[in-house]
Amino acid sequence: MQNSVALPKKKALRLPVTKLLPFLIPIILVLFWQVASSLGWLSSSVLPSPLAVLQDGIELTQSGELPKNLSISLYRATLGLLIGGGIGFILGFINGMSKTCRLLFDSSIQMFRNIPHLALIPLIILWLGINESAKISLVAIGTMFPVYINTFHGISSVDPDLIEMGESYELSKRQMFFKIIFPAALPQILVGIRYALGVMWTTLIVAETISASSGIGYMANNAEDFMDMETVILCIVVYAVLGKISDLVAKSFESLLLEWQTTGRSNV
Amino acid sequence: MTEEMIQVKNVNKMYQDLTALQNVSLDIKKGEFIALVGMSGGGKSTLLRLIAGLEKPTTGSIKVNGDNSKSIMRMMFQEDRLLPWMNVLDNLSFGSKDKNTKAHAQELLELVELGDYADHFPNQLSGGQKQRVALARALMTNPEVLLLDEPLGALDALTRRKMQDLILSVCEKQNLTTILVTHDVEEAARMADRIVVMKNSTNYYEETCPKKRNAGQIGIVADRVLGEILGEKEAQMQTA
Repeated sequence: MQNSVALPKKKALRLPVTKLLPFLIPIILVLFWQVASSLGWLSSSVLPSPLAVLQDGIELTQSGELPKNLSISLYRATLGLLIGGGIGFILGFINGMSKTCRLLFDSSIQMFRNIPHLALIPLIILWLGINESAKISLVAIGTMFPVYINTFHGISSVDPDLIEMGESYELSKRQMFFKIIFPAALPQILVGIRYALGVMWTTLIVAETISASSGIGYMANNAEDFMDMETVILCIVVYAVLGKISDLVAKSFESLLLEWQTTGRSNV
Repeated sequence: MTEEMIQVKNVNKMYQDLTALQNVSLDIKKGEFIALVGMSGGGKSTLLRLIAGLEKPTTGSIKVNGDNSKSIMRMMFQEDRLLPWMNVLDNLSFGSKDKNTKAHAQELLELVELGDYADHFPNQLSGGQKQRVALARALMTNPEVLLLDEPLGALDALTRRKMQDLILSVCEKQNLTTILVTHDVEEAARMADRIVVMKNSTNYYEETCPKKRNAGQIGIVADRVLGEILGEKEAQMQTA
């Protein structure tokens, strides 16, 4: 009985520590950065203080410039990911399911995959100009391949014993896909989506820095022209926060959809 | 009991140049429990897979209940082959939302003494529990023929014995025609009405087991079957 009373107390103490631990290093770095700036170890022309960056962020938010650019960047990233991820999933699905499609498409897709997608920027600008479709297309091309590779690999490496079991139980093709193939491939597909999220932000930064008149990348590029270091740092911080949020969203999806992987034997 | 449920006639199975089965004929009566035993590579599992319709014979014919219908047969494999993303109840019903299907699945879980485990995932179960779920799943569609491909091979002795009793009681209650592939001659002698020893792709021996048998009789049958299997192997070694 004593043990059963003591255990929850231990848990109550441990839980906040494990939740706070990942934030420890970023907090220490920001504090050190602030102290170094305040004591004059860091020149504001090299690296402005976190407080100055924060103040700049507040001003840009109040003026509406940051929300406007943030929303346009989010729009480009989301739409590009949906288009690229969607095409990647469909191609991965058909190539994973059909040997004929695999023979027909996979070799050509692998050839295109090996071209660095950022090398296509000049061509995309020549074809589509510097409007929205150019940036969205670049994000779509960048995110398509990780989703394709992982969907294709996930579907083609489903345990053949499970497929055979499904056949012996006379599952229809639809049931076979939704009950066996898709759930078995899902962990790998989610790895592809998580990887694609990283590529999505990298591509968008480059696309907005090179050819844009709005967006966070444009803000950073514009600030560079005016030697506005606070805004440059602010844009980098915004990208880092957006990247972290995307990763958290992907992780939440993984824990929601792959709950069975982490369900242990503890409650037997 | 006299009606033929499964008729295997002059079946040959070739894998490129390799002969897995040559001119195999076997009649199995409705409600009969057959055990296929023999050395590895003797063609036991191949014959079971041909009967299950998972593979096609090169020549010859296999009729189940006068036809070659798969729907009255269900198979239990050596591995449980449960879907890890579905809980136990959904593994039986393949996620069907039909209340009757769920109720039937729950009944079968009670039958295999896992009624309280409906919402558990396979990774929360022991090897024996997983095989009991696999047995319940095989019974979901009320099959007439149960095909068992070494389903107890990976279990410890005690769990194995419990599973043998469970399978025997289910087969008897539901009058199932059963084919068990096993390496364990004692298991075959304990469970089967008839043991077919598959010495190699062409040579077969049959042993009929007494209806009611004690440990001594099981031992005698097992020894005789083992003698047949080893005799063939020893003869092969002498020839070599």
